Amino acid sequence: MSADIRVPSRAGGPAPSLRSSGPPRPPRRGRFGVHLFLSAVSLVFLAPLLLAVLASLRPYEETAERGYFSFPEKLSFDHYREAYTASGMGEHFTNTLIVAVPAVLVTLFLAAFTAFAVARLDLRGGVALLVFLTAGNLLPPQVLVTPLYVLFLHVDLPWWMSDSMSLYDSYWAVILVNIGFQVGFCVFVLANFMRTLPKEVLEAAIVDGAGVWTRFWRITLPLCRPALAALATLEFTWIYNDFLWALIFISDPGKLPVTSSLNNLRGQFFTDHNLLAAGSVLVALPTILVFLLLQRHFVAGLTLGSGKG
Amino acid sequence: MRRRTARRGHGGGRQEVPRGVRRWGRSFTRRDVAVLGVLLGTTVLLDVLVVWGPALASVGLSFTSWDGIGGIGDIRWVGGDNYAHLVEDYPAFWPAVRHNLLWVAFLGLLATPFGLLLAVLVDRGVRFSRFYQSVLYLPVVLSLAVVGFMAQLLLGTDQGVVNTLRGNRNDPVDWLGDSRVNLWMMMLAASWRHTGYVMILYLAGLKAVDPALKEAAALDGANERQTFLRVTFPTLRPVNVIVGVITVIEALRAFDIVYAVNKGRNGLELLSVLITDNIVGEASRIGFGSAIAVVLLGVSLVFVVTFLVQELRGAREK
Repeated sequence: MSADIRVPSRAGGPAPSLRSSGPPRPPRRGRFGVHLFLSAVSLVFLAPLLLAVLASLRPYEETAERGYFSFPEKLSFDHYREAYTASGMGEHFTNTLIVAVPAVLVTLFLAAFTAFAVARLDLRGGVALLVFLTAGNLLPPQVLVTPLYVLFLHVDLPWWMSDSMSLYDSYWAVILVNIGFQVGFCVFVLANFMRTLPKEVLEAAIVDGAGVWTRFWRITLPLCRPALAALATLEFTWIYNDFLWALIFISDPGKLPVTSSLNNLRGQFFTDHNLLAAGSVLVALPTILVFLLLQRHFVAGLTLGSGKG
Repeated sequence: MRRRTARRGHGGGRQEVPRGVRRWGRSFTRRDVAVLGVLLGTTVLLDVLVVWGPALASVGLSFTSWDGIGGIGDIRWVGGDNYAHLVEDYPAFWPAVRHNLLWVAFLGLLATPFGLLLAVLVDRGVRFSRFYQSVLYLPVVLSLAVVGFMAQLLLGTDQGVVNTLRGNRNDPVDWLGDSRVNLWMMMLAASWRHTGYVMILYLAGLKAVDPALKEAAALDGANERQTFLRVTFPTLRPVNVIVGVITVIEALRAFDIVYAVNKGRNGLELLSVLITDNIVGEASRIGFGSAIAVVLLGVSLVFVVTFLVQELRGAREK
């Protein structure tokens, strides 16, 4: 699967017989050390996650008395039920989906077309457009916050679009900002990907008299399916995890995304950390599941833009 | 421009495609132009509206004084006052700059090289390398808000794991509250995510390195380290550029994690936090917050421009 993503930069390169006859084997001595090192690092990397899961299963009294690094006696899923209901997580999760799904779809559509125009149509100023969009994606979000805030406050929307009657405090604001901010990265990645596609198909289509739209929608886009799948998973995780935009553009607590619902679990004077741990695990669960299920796409998505060496 | 390309292209050993062939498919019907206009127009408009317009507006606002409550008519031009005030008597500014630079250095000198090391080891194709790869990458998909909370679980004062392990429950170290250590803990937590990201990027780069190069080096008697330093690493140049930019940008953008821990106070001041405080907080000093934003923008642009120049040069050499 990942083979069709790999950049065919060495097509017809090294003689394949040389490789298959036996790759040079690294010395045996080093292997054990590598395993030891990698498993140690993996353990350290997993530890915080495992700890959070363990803490979420234990009653507060037990960990309060003996600390988190102790042998568990009672395990239960009570915290999960409580975390889910107390934070209104179901509702906030819906909010996240309301923002993330359209944002990902529109971003990918616009980015794919722009990438197609830049990489496949050889327009004048194509490179400048690419630079313009990519650089925008690299700016720190805080730089954009104030003007956007003021702008959104002054754009009125009819009631059926937003019950706050303005772009501020509406899902539209968060969706728009996410699209505008993420489109640069997707164009960058997709343009790099499209450059690796064979030109012959497009040339044939031009001979047949296909217009720009047909060349994009019917011919190029289907070939980009692996890249699009990768970007979709990536972008979904990023937008899911983001909480800055919602924090600034949403004031109605009922509209906040799932990442900020964790704050509902913090008491003013007392916080049950085990409950919060259960909440964190619940919030992290969708992205972890997406990652584990679509791992190959996901990893490929990060590497699409860079692996063009 | 094109003549220069041809000369540069010489080293790559690839032939320049004749101009006539390269410009294929550039004749558009009216419908094509309409499709292009609408779709490219939407993208550009959105980008101007959401990214570049506000960025420029921030620059403008940084020379004004405004509380954001009154109408736009209340905006008053104050020239460079905000900047003077920022540099001279805003006590949180220089610590924040120092913390951001420290963050860049920490990620750049420790987390990124560590990610490269992991990538090289995983790429050697030992058994279970897929498993290692997944585990090391897993933190990247976590929200920084969740990472911040996990840091509290590990490092908290009363029941935190590290303090329990150290066995000094009567005199616990306040890892997240003590302003001498908390920044380092935050940078460690950020590195936890950053390392996996860097590893994946390098892993892809390493997979794209022509194995014939390594074989040739081995035939010439180079040992593994020499092969890596002299042959593999130089061919990773495009990845190095991207990783470099991601490292710097991530360090300058750092926000969620400190905000989740203590709203970025008491030793955890960062430029991004100061901006948010001034703009969203009760004070609502928008002109002043924008001045901080412009400082951050300036620093980011230096790196972004360097990156894009490198990228374009790389693209032209192909």
